Amino acid sequence: MKPYIRPMPATWWLKRTPYLIFMLRELTAVFVGAYAVIFLVMIRRLNEGQAAYESFMASLRSPLAILFHVVALMFAVFHTVTWFHLTPKAMAVRIGEERVKPAMLIVPNYLAWAAISAIVAWFILG
Amino acid sequence: MANSTAESTMRLEVFRYEPDKAAEPRFQTYEVPFRKDWVVLDALNHIKDQSDGSLSFRWSCRMGVCGSCGMMINGVPKLSCAAFLRDYYPNTIRVEPLSHFPVLRDLVFQLDPFLDKLKSVQPWIIRREGEKPVSEGEYLQTPAQHARFKDFSMCINCMLCYAACPVVGMEPHFLGPAAIALAQRYNLDSRDEGRDQRQETVASHDGIWQCTFIGECSAVCPKHVDPAGAIQQAKVESTIDWFKEVLWPFGGRKS
Repeated sequence: MKPYIRPMPATWWLKRTPYLIFMLRELTAVFVGAYAVIFLVMIRRLNEGQAAYESFMASLRSPLAILFHVVALMFAVFHTVTWFHLTPKAMAVRIGEERVKPAMLIVPNYLAWAAISAIVAWFILG
Repeated sequence: MANSTAESTMRLEVFRYEPDKAAEPRFQTYEVPFRKDWVVLDALNHIKDQSDGSLSFRWSCRMGVCGSCGMMINGVPKLSCAAFLRDYYPNTIRVEPLSHFPVLRDLVFQLDPFLDKLKSVQPWIIRREGEKPVSEGEYLQTPAQHARFKDFSMCINCMLCYAACPVVGMEPHFLGPAAIALAQRYNLDSRDEGRDQRQETVASHDGIWQCTFIGECSAVCPKHVDPAGAIQQAKVESTIDWFKEVLWPFGGRKS
């Protein structure tokens, strides 16, 4: 008797919403990576002198650059939030017999995010 | 509506694979009575009894304990004894064998790939020096020690998590959710000393590192085992092992 092996279609991730959300989460890495590259380029321009740095900053004000940043920000936020919410899965913190409530592990992530964002904002804007 | 339910019917589109008749599978549509208290398994048994005795499927307890009746129901892995017709009525229900397993006949698939993986993690208590004789009494465990692994011990080997995992579909050698959850169940057991032995399989190329944390294994688990959590926790522990072994000056594994 020959068992039948069903093929796995390349579009498997379009078949169910949870798979699509997973693929979007994986895609966020591209945008997070792009942020890092832009930051490295910025440092390089800064190193090349004031004129190079200012022309780079001006290029960031183009509509295309702004559009990219809006999309990238959305993906970065999605990346951050999804991973925050997965923290309790990877960390089984127990007090006695009881497992610590998931919110107790998720909320500190948000608090740390807010605190670090505030410090960064204070550096840049302050 | 209440009095019409007895006469109303529902359609089931069932995956048929009959290797003695055709090399390719097909879908066959059956009409079954719609009863509010019927589950998909009841409908399949009705078909087998009343209209088509050739339809093959596995089942046993019909109360969500034995783990034999897992099927893809409208593309989602479910125990067919726990999937009520009323949740799909009046739409057609598509019934297929659990994904990623080789199909033997109709809804019956090959269990060997899963059973081999399960055996490879040695899901039993291992004592380095062998078990102590009964006369010395039992290995005691506190409720807190028991609580550490209790959730992972609820697995009924229904294989829904394998059908939900796209990594299993793409990498047939991947150890998979249930086997790793059960490895973790024994690793966390205070009476067990077998983690080092299990690590050779669990932390291997085909083990935890194949997992991309899609998380659907936990979402479909009828017993709330949370294999995705087990795998991520095993990853954290394996990473700590690596740090201890490679970076810590007085390294080496502690056990």
